[in-house]
Amino acid sequence: MSILINKDTKLIVQGITGRDGAFHTSKMKDYGTNVVGGISPGKGGIEVEGVPVFNTVDEAVKATGANASVIFVPAPFAGDAILEASYAGVDLVICITEGVPVKDMIRVTPVLKQNGTKMIGANCPGLMTVDECLIGILPGNIFKKGNVGLISRSGTLTYEVVDMLTSSGLGQTTCVGIGGDSVSGLYFKDLLEMYENDPETEAVVLIGEIGGDAEEQAAQFIKDNMTKPVVAFIAGQSAPPGKRMGHAGAIISSGAGTAEEKIKAFAAAGVPVAKEPSEIPRLVKEKLGL
Amino acid sequence: MKIHEYQARDLFRKYGIPVPDGDVCHSVDEVKKKVTDDDKLRVVKAQVHVGGRGKAGGVKLARSKAEVIEHAEQILGMDIKGLTVEKVLIADAVDIEKEYYVGLINDRNTKSVTLMASAEGGVEIEEVAKVSPEKIIKMAIDPTMGLMDWQARKVALQLFTDPKQVRQTAAILVKLYELYVDTDSSLAEINPLVLTPDKKVLAIDGKMNFDDNALFRQKEILAMREVTEDEQKEIEATAKGLSYIKLDGNIGCMVNGAGLAMATMDMIKLYGGDPANFLDIGGSSNPEKVIEAMNILLSDKNVSAVMINIFGGITRCDDVARGLVDALEVIKTEIPIVIRLSGTNSKEGLEIIKSQGLPTVSTMSEAAKKAIELSKK
Repeated sequence: MSILINKDTKLIVQGITGRDGAFHTSKMKDYGTNVVGGISPGKGGIEVEGVPVFNTVDEAVKATGANASVIFVPAPFAGDAILEASYAGVDLVICITEGVPVKDMIRVTPVLKQNGTKMIGANCPGLMTVDECLIGILPGNIFKKGNVGLISRSGTLTYEVVDMLTSSGLGQTTCVGIGGDSVSGLYFKDLLEMYENDPETEAVVLIGEIGGDAEEQAAQFIKDNMTKPVVAFIAGQSAPPGKRMGHAGAIISSGAGTAEEKIKAFAAAGVPVAKEPSEIPRLVKEKLGL
Repeated sequence: MKIHEYQARDLFRKYGIPVPDGDVCHSVDEVKKKVTDDDKLRVVKAQVHVGGRGKAGGVKLARSKAEVIEHAEQILGMDIKGLTVEKVLIADAVDIEKEYYVGLINDRNTKSVTLMASAEGGVEIEEVAKVSPEKIIKMAIDPTMGLMDWQARKVALQLFTDPKQVRQTAAILVKLYELYVDTDSSLAEINPLVLTPDKKVLAIDGKMNFDDNALFRQKEILAMREVTEDEQKEIEATAKGLSYIKLDGNIGCMVNGAGLAMATMDMIKLYGGDPANFLDIGGSSNPEKVIEAMNILLSDKNVSAVMINIFGGITRCDDVARGLVDALEVIKTEIPIVIRLSGTNSKEGLEIIKSQGLPTVSTMSEAAKKAIELSKK
């Protein structure tokens, strides 16, 4: 078991003919992901990395039975790409693209709800179920099969933590990068619920950052609903207020969204918060009695 | 991106939101030319991108042209929270019967634009939110429908009872929403929205911020941008696909990924150092980008050591390594550099670095400790 994706996931790549789209299609295929098609309007009929290219998502879904789509198209067109995937009936959309306008994300939200589409991102590294399916830009070689779930608002910081978990003998079930934008798809809370219901996951690592109150909401959810242990880390404890720290969502304004408040919320929910990423494996082991 | 009050007023006027007459002036001479010689009550307001202007003495009432000039002389060139006042807004003062607050924001939780209103206007809305959150009315807006008339009316009815004022206010709310959506705004506030003794509803002060991600399609808004020197560096970095924020410390950081960059700063602090900047070189990093990043980093004279922390996902470590080698050949700095590479193509990357005789370390904590140690030499 796992959450969201597994070996039966059939993936299409929107923006497969771009530099990043093509590069990561090959990496995903190397990992064993079942990439069944790609989309590049006007380039239908060709092949990229041995994958057939279609003009529209609809065509690709009809021809391949794809149930997940990963988006690499440039930011001005990403919102439209998400809508196209949702209307084509894809169950899960993962938007890797960085810099998507907030208005575009707000506009897609009711459509996703209406069509029953789940979304990860935008501005995220993707997700993976270890040894089964990798979607996005995560470096597959650092992961190891095991029983820890991981959710993160960051990209590279996630890899850093995964690397530490793996090297201390803690393998993973599914790891999800939810992205750093202020308005995005699935949040911590949605994913914690999935992990709680996944028999294979025994503990969850949550990597949050400053800005917004998704971490506070996650803490409340853990307190009310989780039986499995959660360990957290918050990035941006030294960030100055009012500045956007790279991620559009990482702005502390008017005292809200600070690291202190998030750490306090986790403490109240009995969730240990690591002072630096390298503490995470030890805290997970303590919680699991290893 | 932020704009000044006078620019927000111009946008309000363009969308039919009533504001008192007024004009912006850049110099005392301009004030002398533009202000008519009468005893109209006017307000002279500093135009700076910071709150608390009133408390700092940047907002003054004037009863004559002479007083307007006197205040403008005082306010122009004044320092408010580290920013120099280069413009004043001179607007007709209005008699106020009551003050209100209305605003629009992008709400992460409802994933929609949310309308906020309060009968407690004229004060900082964050304060109201903290002390008495029940006094703030909130209404989530369906992006497919926009702000519907009944919604605007429902909110207006909680501020006013007189049907005429309700109508005026509802119309203002609908127009403000149109403006917000058209301009890819991330915050639009009218504070205060006022009721005058002759029962008119007017926007006295306005604040608007815009989504940086959408500026590519907002040429008119982009043209209003004004930047400080530090911001200029940040904007230049953005244009090159880098995300840079200057801080006060002495350890320069170059990291790929915002989360990792924040964690790197945190770690330098944790081990007793002080980061000089936040610098995220982003995804798809190519050698040119690394050179730009090094240039920006080293242009800060406070930097006495550099910590490079790369974990390769979409950024390939060999790209970064080649960029570093090229950059160091061009820049030839004496400042010590600690390099840590891991992830996609890290083996190739580390070989390139080592072949140039540059030092490498394997973990983030080691890199932070080493950078702090080198910064003290």
